[in-house]
Amino acid sequence: MAAIEILDLEKSYLVGFWRKREKVALRPLRLTIEEGEVFGFLGPNGAGKTTTLKLLMGLVFPTAGTARILGMAMDDPRVKSQIGFLPEQPYFYDHLSARELLNYYGQLSGVPAKGRSARVEQMLARVGLSASAGVQLRKFSKGMLQRVGLAQAILHDPKLVFLDEPMSGLDPMGRREVRDLIQQLRHEGKTVFFSTHILSDAEALCDRVGVIHQGELRGVGAVAELTSGTQGKVEIIFCSQRVPAGLTGLGAEARISGDMVNAVLPEEQQDAALEVLRRERLKLISLTPVRSSLEEYYIQKLGPTGERAESRKGVGV
Amino acid sequence: MNSGGTNARIGYIAFNTFREAVRDRVLYNLIAFALLLSGAAILVGEISIDIERLVVVNLGLTAVSLFGVVIAIFIGIGLVSKEIDKRTLYTVLSRPVRRWEFVVGKFFGLTGTLVVNTLLMAIGVFLALLYVAHTFEMMDVWVLVALYFIVLQFLIVCALALFFSSFSTPLMAALFTFALFVVGSLAEDLRGFARITQGLGGWLATGIAYLVPNFSTLNVISQVAHGDAVSGRLILYDSVYALLYSAMAVSGAVLIFQRRNLK
Repeated sequence: MAAIEILDLEKSYLVGFWRKREKVALRPLRLTIEEGEVFGFLGPNGAGKTTTLKLLMGLVFPTAGTARILGMAMDDPRVKSQIGFLPEQPYFYDHLSARELLNYYGQLSGVPAKGRSARVEQMLARVGLSASAGVQLRKFSKGMLQRVGLAQAILHDPKLVFLDEPMSGLDPMGRREVRDLIQQLRHEGKTVFFSTHILSDAEALCDRVGVIHQGELRGVGAVAELTSGTQGKVEIIFCSQRVPAGLTGLGAEARISGDMVNAVLPEEQQDAALEVLRRERLKLISLTPVRSSLEEYYIQKLGPTGERAESRKGVGV
Repeated sequence: MNSGGTNARIGYIAFNTFREAVRDRVLYNLIAFALLLSGAAILVGEISIDIERLVVVNLGLTAVSLFGVVIAIFIGIGLVSKEIDKRTLYTVLSRPVRRWEFVVGKFFGLTGTLVVNTLLMAIGVFLALLYVAHTFEMMDVWVLVALYFIVLQFLIVCALALFFSSFSTPLMAALFTFALFVVGSLAEDLRGFARITQGLGGWLATGIAYLVPNFSTLNVISQVAHGDAVSGRLILYDSVYALLYSAMAVSGAVLIFQRRNLK
C-alpha cells in the first residue's frame, strides 16, 4: 500500500496589501511514496519543500488537490496519531524541560499513561539527551533542539515520519547520528519522507528522491539507478608530471596534480589509453568507471537558474 | 478521537498554558499587589475614621480587577499568535489535536491562571480587611460575590483578546480589547443614552450598547464596599451572560483559526 499519495496538491497565496496578486508556492503535485520507503525531497531554499510538508500536516490548506496518507484522507483526524513530524528549525516551549516536553507531546498523541514515562526516557536516550533531560529548553543549543525535535517526532511510534531539513544546524557528528536514526527507522519498517538540500545525505539514505524547484516537481528517481550509470567514461590516475601526447589524442581531459595525472576519457578508448601508459612506462594507480552522481541528476533537473522545466514528461511517479 | 480524548487534550493544553504563565513569572504581579494593598491598609488604618472597610474593599477589589484585566489582555493576545510566530504550534497540530481543541485549551489555561491569581489576591484583600477591621462580618460574604463577578469579567476579556488576536496584530488586538473593556464598563450609561436618543442615532446607540460586553453589570465593587447585598437574580443573570458572551467570542476565534493558513 502507498504510504502517501499526493493527488495534484496545489497551493498559492495572495500577496500584497492593496493590489493583491497570486504567488504560486506549489504547482499541482502528483507523487506516491510506498510504505517502508525512505524518500528524499530535494530542492533549493524556497523550492516548495516546506509548503508540501505543511500541506500534508494540515498546517496550510490546499488551493486545489488532495492527498491520502496511510490510506486515509489527509484531513482524517486518525492520520495524525500515525505520523510524526519534525518541522524545519524547530522551536519548542522553552519553559519546559526536554522530559516535560516529550511527556506533554506523549499526552497529546495519546500515548497511554502507563509506560509513557518509560517511553520518554527511551526516546531521550535514543537521541543522546538523557543527561540534559531536566534542563529547560531555553538553555539548549540548536543541535540539542534538533535532537528533541527528532525525539518528539518518533515518540508515539508512528508508521510514517516527516522530517523537514533534519540535518539543518547540526555539526558533522550530529548529522551522522541523524543519518543513523533514519537508517534505524528504515530497519523498523517505517516510511520516512524527508526534505533536504544536502545531497550527500539523500544519496546515503534514500531509496528514491524527488527534485522540486520553483514549486514544481522536476523529477523522481531511484537513487540506486541514478547513481549506477557509468556515463560511458573512465577515470585513469597514473604517476607522471606531464600528460602524454598520445593520451590527449584519445580525447582525454587531463589534470596534473603534483606527481599524478587524472585523466577522464571515453570508455571505448580505455585499452588504447592503457597501451599509451605501457609504452611511456608510466605507473598506473587506478582505473575506474565514472559513475553518475545524485548531484548531476539534481543539477540537470534544476536547469539554469530561473528557468522553468521544459516539460514534466520525465516525471515518474 | 472520542470526546474523552478531546477533554483530556484540552486539559493538557490548558495545564501547559497555566504552567507557562507561572514559569514566565506572571504571578509576580502578586508582589506588587501585596505591596500596594498592605501599604494602603496601613495608611488607611492611620488616617480613616470608620471608613477603613469601605476604602480597603474599594481599593483591593479595583486592584484585583485592573491587575487581572492587564494580565488577561497581554497574555490573551499572544495565546495563539505567539504560538504561530514561534512555530510551537506546528508540533502540536501535527498530533491528534483539532484546532478548536487547541484554542479552547489555551483559553481555559489563561482563565485558570487568572482564577488562581484572583484567589491569591482575594486572600490579600481579606487579610487587609482583617487588619483594618480586626474581625470579619457577615457582609464580607458579598466581597466574595464581587470577586466572582471580577472573574466573570476576566472570562470575557480573555475571550475578546483571543478573538481579536485571531485576525489582527497583537498590538491592535490589545487596543481593541482594552477599548471594549473601557466602553463595556460604561455599558449601562450607553444603554441609558440609547433610551433617550431618537431615530437612527437611537437605533445605532442601542445596537452598540447591547453589542459591547456589559462590564458595568459585573462591577459591584462600590455596592459591596458599602455592605449592600447582591441579589441572587443578578448573580444568575451575570453568570449566564458572561458565559454566553465569552463562549461566543471564543467560537468566533475558533471559526477564524480553523481556516487560517499557518505560514
